[in-house]
Amino acid sequence: MSGVRLLVGTRKGAFVLTSDGTRERWEVAGPHFAGWELYHLKGSPVDLNRIYASQSNGWFGQLIQRSDDGGTTWEPVGNEFAYDGVPGTHQWYDGTPHPWEFARVWHLEPSLTDPDTVYAGVEDAALFRSVDGGREWTELSGLRGHGSGPSWQPGAGGMCLHTILLDPKDETRMYVAISAAGAFRSDDTGATWRPINRGLRSGGIPDEDAEVGHCVHRIAMHPARPEVLFMQKHWDVMRSDDAGESWHEVSGDLPSDFGFPIEVHPHEPDTIYVVPIKSDSEHFPPDGRLRVYRSRTGGNEWEALTDGLPQRDCYVNVLRDASSVDSLDPCGVYVGTTGGQIYASADAGDTWTAVVRDLPPVLSVEAQTLP
Amino acid sequence: MIRVVLPAHLRTLARVDGEVRLDVDGEVTMCSVLDALEARYPMLRGTIRDHDSQRRRAFVRFFACGEDLSHEPPDTPLPDPVTAGVEPLLVVGAMAGG
Repeated sequence: MSGVRLLVGTRKGAFVLTSDGTRERWEVAGPHFAGWELYHLKGSPVDLNRIYASQSNGWFGQLIQRSDDGGTTWEPVGNEFAYDGVPGTHQWYDGTPHPWEFARVWHLEPSLTDPDTVYAGVEDAALFRSVDGGREWTELSGLRGHGSGPSWQPGAGGMCLHTILLDPKDETRMYVAISAAGAFRSDDTGATWRPINRGLRSGGIPDEDAEVGHCVHRIAMHPARPEVLFMQKHWDVMRSDDAGESWHEVSGDLPSDFGFPIEVHPHEPDTIYVVPIKSDSEHFPPDGRLRVYRSRTGGNEWEALTDGLPQRDCYVNVLRDASSVDSLDPCGVYVGTTGGQIYASADAGDTWTAVVRDLPPVLSVEAQTLP
Repeated sequence: MIRVVLPAHLRTLARVDGEVRLDVDGEVTMCSVLDALEARYPMLRGTIRDHDSQRRRAFVRFFACGEDLSHEPPDTPLPDPVTAGVEPLLVVGAMAGG
């Protein structure tokens, strides 16, 4: 019987939640790496038991852990993330040049075809790749070196490369997003890059339509239609129908278009999910009501999903890597909160239950659909 | 025989209980002890000092014989009681919460 495994990263460790295909009862294993921050865990799509995890803390820095048995046991692999050549500078908060300094790995994206190949998005923003199961990491420095790097500035959470999308129809094409630089695309397997931010408008920068400088929070795609991209920007939910060449806003009737995660339904390319947050200075749901919003029209028209979610006195946030979908039918939708709850829906968002309520603040959630 | 006490997180990472005992070739300095430690436990590389610069991570401290040795040059000989294995070298995570 099919099942689902949730890989949950928190401020104080990792948890692995498992259920059968009904998704009614969950077993919680962990904490793994107790006391460490787990920014992200993700499994290989071609070997579900191969999982990579980003483990870090302020004392002892960055580690990468790898599991080959579905998250039961782990092995530390390579943790040396050396920028290619002389790293140069980006802009600091005060506008002065600041040397590129590695802080942590925000996001791990395993290859769609090779379990030993995995990409890492790091702070200060750069993209690394390992082709030996995480033992050695090499920067794809064409991203930082494409020209606009010295003008990039950090967002409030640091200058992080937090989103990596691999095109399932074109193995040479990939996308990344950086706060607060914007979205970028490579058409040559990561060797060279260019900004793809035309159509984004950001009121918080001097030139609202600048080529770079936008605080993109997350990008998502449906694998059957990879040229269509959906974006949750700092403010604004955006859509591109031409692989990022241009973007248009699809916030429509959302109660707030600020937020962090965005997901696409696994079987319906025009069904997308966001979690509206009140504002950039008030990182909690509008009106104290946690509502996931679903659009079945690729944006603009949204419905609030509330059944089973707290509808009063709720002041948690859902961070950019803390939502996921499984690929069962009907699909499961999952969000993790800064209050330590994991909310799950086994009916594409119509109804929700709290799988667990009292974890440390949740940084990331990834769903694996098991055979 | 050099005795080294690691903080709990690093003992877990290195899968050791209690003190680590190391043979160190040549002069016993912070650098040579950490070299021997990382050679025995490669998973500790990068957690105590930076991979490239070899500088101590900011929130790691080195204590021995009641003294803070964190700011000593890495090639400074360690105190005789440490060299003789009478006193341990303590690798400490700085006091910081969260």
